[in-house]
Amino acid sequence: MPVIVKIPAPLRPLTQGQSEVSVENAATVQAAVEDLSRRYPGLRERLLDDKGALRRYVNIFRNDEDIRHGKSLQTALAEGDKLTIVPAIAGG
Amino acid sequence: MSTAVILGMGGLGCPAALALAEEMPGVRLVLVDDDRVERSNLARQILFTEADVGQPKAEVAARRLSRLVPGARAEARVQRFAPRSASDLLAGCDVLLDGTDSFETRFAANDAACAARIPLVHGAVLGWGGQLLAVLPGHGSCLRCLFEGPPPPGAVPTCAEAGVASPLCGLVGAAMASEAARLLRGERPRTLARLHQWDGLRGTERDVQVPPDPRCPACALAPEAALRHP
Repeated sequence: MPVIVKIPAPLRPLTQGQSEVSVENAATVQAAVEDLSRRYPGLRERLLDDKGALRRYVNIFRNDEDIRHGKSLQTALAEGDKLTIVPAIAGG
Repeated sequence: MSTAVILGMGGLGCPAALALAEEMPGVRLVLVDDDRVERSNLARQILFTEADVGQPKAEVAARRLSRLVPGARAEARVQRFAPRSASDLLAGCDVLLDGTDSFETRFAANDAACAARIPLVHGAVLGWGGQLLAVLPGHGSCLRCLFEGPPPPGAVPTCAEAGVASPLCGLVGAAMASEAARLLRGERPRTLARLHQWDGLRGTERDVQVPPDPRCPACALAPEAALRHP
């Protein structure tokens, strides 16, 4: 069973409009992000900074867990996990 | 008498102010915005009409609320929220609603609310996406527990670039008012430590838990804010 990644509306132009995409064989969040970045050009730049760290205005949750509070991008993934990408937005 | 301060009289501030005035007409509403009404605002900024174009949003909104809701007590502050003006604007504030269109202002409002122990309702929209988070300092997490800080200019599309779905503004603005009313009644807000997200295009909603960050520079050391009637 793959890992499901939920894509927020502001990033869907990069995933051809898909709100969910799946990733196979990713042992960590980092591996999942790298896989997505290969398949969806431009996504890496929106999620990671020049040093490869998660951008300060984007967050990723593994199931209900905020990865920033744990091992961040090195958070381990198991089959069936769900990743939710949450970007900061400021429209009003 | 309770006071709610609403930052930004735009697509969120307008419906939030109207809904809160209707729900709790005795509440004093302080409407903060330094902008003027533009024709392009009218589709989603429901307190304004064509005749208001060019006038200060805060003043027009205060006048319109007073006419629409008998007993409403709305005051205009034609100014931009900034750390420098925070203590003046937040004096006597019982709940702060943030519907501004600036990341810098949003993080400044979060920090000021945490420091002053004032409950905050954070609402935001972009395109067909919406977010809502209630902050009760000392009782959960804040915006900086979720995001470390604002993006640099140009890194995230603005409303002008990505657009804002008008119906979603009404939905999120009304939800902000609902959370503010809960806080003013001393009830636990539904989105405390929980980011509620709307996908208006697909008609779906989902929550993610936002645990407090023990190292959060805004709220980790903030004193507890008590619910008004715990």
